[in-house]
Amino acid sequence: QGISLTMEGSVNLQLSAKSVGVFEAFYNSVKPIQIINSTIEMVKPGKLPSGKTEIPFEFPLHMKGNKVLYETYHGVFVNIQYTLRCDMRRSLLAKDLTKTCEFIVHSLSQKGKLMPSPVDFTITPETLQNVKERASLPKFLIRGHLSSTNCIITQPLTGELVVENAEAAVKSIELQLVRVETCGCAEGYARDATEIQNIQIADGDVCRGLPIPIYMVFPRLFTCPTLETTNFKVEFEVNIVVLLHDDHLITENFPLKLCRM
Amino acid sequence: VCICYRYNFSPESVNDTAKETCLNWFFKIASIRELIPRFYVEAAILKCNKFLSKTGISECLPRLTSMIRGIGDPLVAVYARAYLCRVGSPVKYLFTATCLCLLFQQIHGDTVQNQLVVQCVEIPLYLTLYSPAIDWILQCIAYRAPEVLLTEMMERCRKLGNNALLLNSVMSAFRAEFIAARSMDFIGMIKECDESGFPKHLLFRSLGLNLALADPPENDRLQILNEAWKVITKLKNPQDYINCAEVWVEYTCRHFTNREINTVLADVIKHMTPDRAFEDAYPQLQSIIQKVITYIYDFSLLFSVEKFLPFLDMFQKESVRVEVCKCIMESFIKHQQESTKDPVILNALLHICKTMHDSVNALTLEDEKRMLAALINGFIKMVSFGRDFEQQLSFYVEARSMFCNLEPVLVQLIHSVNQLAMETRKVMKGNHSRKTAAFVRACVAFCFITIPSLSSIFTRLNLYLHSGQVALANQCLSQADAFFKAAVSLVPEVPKMISVDGKMRPSDAFLLEFLCNFFSTLLVVPDHPEQGVLFLVRGLLNVIQDYTWEDNSDDKVRIYTNVLHLLSAMTQEAYIYHVDKVDSNDTLYGGDSKFLTEINKLCETVIAQILDHLKTLGKEETLKRQSQLALYFFNTILAHGDLRNNKLNQLSVNLWNLAQKHGFADTKTMVKTLEYIKRRSKQPEMSHFTDLALRLPLQSRT
Repeated sequence: QGISLTMEGSVNLQLSAKSVGVFEAFYNSVKPIQIINSTIEMVKPGKLPSGKTEIPFEFPLHMKGNKVLYETYHGVFVNIQYTLRCDMRRSLLAKDLTKTCEFIVHSLSQKGKLMPSPVDFTITPETLQNVKERASLPKFLIRGHLSSTNCIITQPLTGELVVENAEAAVKSIELQLVRVETCGCAEGYARDATEIQNIQIADGDVCRGLPIPIYMVFPRLFTCPTLETTNFKVEFEVNIVVLLHDDHLITENFPLKLCRM
Repeated sequence: VCICYRYNFSPESVNDTAKETCLNWFFKIASIRELIPRFYVEAAILKCNKFLSKTGISECLPRLTSMIRGIGDPLVAVYARAYLCRVGSPVKYLFTATCLCLLFQQIHGDTVQNQLVVQCVEIPLYLTLYSPAIDWILQCIAYRAPEVLLTEMMERCRKLGNNALLLNSVMSAFRAEFIAARSMDFIGMIKECDESGFPKHLLFRSLGLNLALADPPENDRLQILNEAWKVITKLKNPQDYINCAEVWVEYTCRHFTNREINTVLADVIKHMTPDRAFEDAYPQLQSIIQKVITYIYDFSLLFSVEKFLPFLDMFQKESVRVEVCKCIMESFIKHQQESTKDPVILNALLHICKTMHDSVNALTLEDEKRMLAALINGFIKMVSFGRDFEQQLSFYVEARSMFCNLEPVLVQLIHSVNQLAMETRKVMKGNHSRKTAAFVRACVAFCFITIPSLSSIFTRLNLYLHSGQVALANQCLSQADAFFKAAVSLVPEVPKMISVDGKMRPSDAFLLEFLCNFFSTLLVVPDHPEQGVLFLVRGLLNVIQDYTWEDNSDDKVRIYTNVLHLLSAMTQEAYIYHVDKVDSNDTLYGGDSKFLTEINKLCETVIAQILDHLKTLGKEETLKRQSQLALYFFNTILAHGDLRNNKLNQLSVNLWNLAQKHGFADTKTMVKTLEYIKRRSKQPEMSHFTDLALRLPLQSRT
């Protein structure tokens, strides 16, 4: 009875419980924003020859209103997904067949050069904020730098860290990659930060004065170029977390800007 | 779809799906949280970078190397480096001096030290845990490295204050030639080494291992030994001592004389005897013996090392002692070129062989018995007293009482004694004096007494025959008779099945072979004047008659046919072979008619037996055998009988016809036989064959 192919792309937004309350978040989801939708009739009603039949197809990737397509992104509160659905309508007696599959969209390289923005940091008991009893903290000095907070998404985040000295033994040093999703709705907007992944770069009491590499690859699907739209925002940050053996936890936060070059 | 790539493929030729899968894996791994697993998994699939880019591996390696700095535990870190050496091409910067310094700093830092206390591990033991990793890393760096690099590494070690752990790894990893050439330098470094837990004797041991493979400069050799031994001899713990001493014994053997070796062996005995310390060190002590006999393979020199036999006394566990004896004997057999009568060697080796022999009991495996016997025989064959035959015989007599439990040795001794008798004969050019005749009789007596103690029946039979021949050759006629009579009496005892190579087999074939061999000898054995004509042959025939042959075998008849060969040979005027200085029956009887009549009577009896048997084969299932036997008998008559005799002539024709009667004859054979007869008929005095040929029809195939 005919085969048709439909391409759909949409942004699904989830309200976070924080701003609206648990039950309302559950029942009121913000309407998904449609990015692109288009259908092609592949085959007219009739009979197909037996065996494998290959039918080529083509979809122009144009957003409505000539805006740029967002990249595929799977997050917690924001989800940008593109799918391809194939429907085969059949006669009254046979059930219709359908199959869906996701495809990934990456944006074209942005024009212009990336301005590298290296950041140096030094962490001591004095530089910490929101500390209750500064006196009870063990003495330590941690120095380091990130090569750039403006990152190309296809390249890893790099840098170096040195534990110059520390009174307490080091248990672990980790890089925590965080996504910050902002969703807007009628009542206002909610801003939520959640962890994407945690990469350990030091295990155990490392040598003092020895530079330890900071290196983290941005995971595909769960990261995308930093995105700001009228309805939602997707941003990224990295935390350098140092765990000491006396259970003290030291964090230093760095906002990032991801782009595709 | 599976696509195979050639070994040196390039990323361009890789299919997209493969690339995507590979990339996927690298992404997954990059997301592993924990540092150490992430490191190892990525290192493990390092080579997969080849799918993605040409430079992938060389880009990854430095990054992975620096990742290791994040591992806090120095022991874990060093093994991570070793693993990287294993999967990547060895890179020098894996092990820079700085990193070494830090390694040792960390070892002595609080965290590790506290851990050791908690786990009750002593620092010397802890340090030995590093050796495999550091050894490996250094080996990778040193592999095919130019001498310059090795010298540079050595300098770095020196700068690090001669750390013992590192020095040990250098000696394990670098080429033996390099180390050996600088032995004195290394000894200096070992002396200056800070112990900090790593024991010095291990360092000396490592040095010794190198010196076993390569030689130090000549002038330094003695000094090196002295320096090393000064340290070794002071070691209190027997295990530490012996592990070290074992290695340096080889060095001593390589470069020094018996005197130094003796000193070293004495030192070992001194250290290992108190509290029976040798009981825990058998492998090392065995290794020492092995080395000593490898380098001193001249046994007269070996036994001049005074402490050698006392050293052997330390092997008090029987199985180990026997193993050591076997080693020594193997070396003797391999290296001893000439026979010896040196009393020192003989005494020592007899002692060693006796040790091996005495270890044989009911539980000893057949294979082991065989091996031990072979070793002892190897020794016996190398003992020779030259012209002093009497001493030689005494030696064999002594050996017989010492080695009575190993049958192959007894067999060897019998052969040796027989050989001795024949040697005597050769020296006397066949003319024995009264003295040598008595001596030869003593040899014969030795064999006669020894043979019955053997268990294998065919060995006994063959030795009786062989010794009888030797006796005959030495004109000991009555002794020869005794042997042959003994053999004849033994035939009835041959069992139906005998063990051959562990399997039970029927004995017929062996018996047949023996009897034919016996017949050949009996031709030249002269009749005893007081016994009847062909006494021995008759005796043998009786025994054959009474022997229970297999029901469906024709062996008895085949033997009878062979007897006919013997009997017909005996009627000749001159036999085709003789034993020197022994008058056989041809000379004794000189063709006497009574003698010939006796033989004919015997022949008739035998032929009757054969014909009877042929008749019994007339049944349907045995017709083929009948045909074969008939032809066999026909050929015998053809070869040995006088076909001018009518009866014989007729008999042969009958046999010919019988062979073909039921169609079982092989046509080709028959045709060839007939052709042969026709050819023979053309020779002088063979014209009767022509008639014969005419009377032999060939049956055509239907």
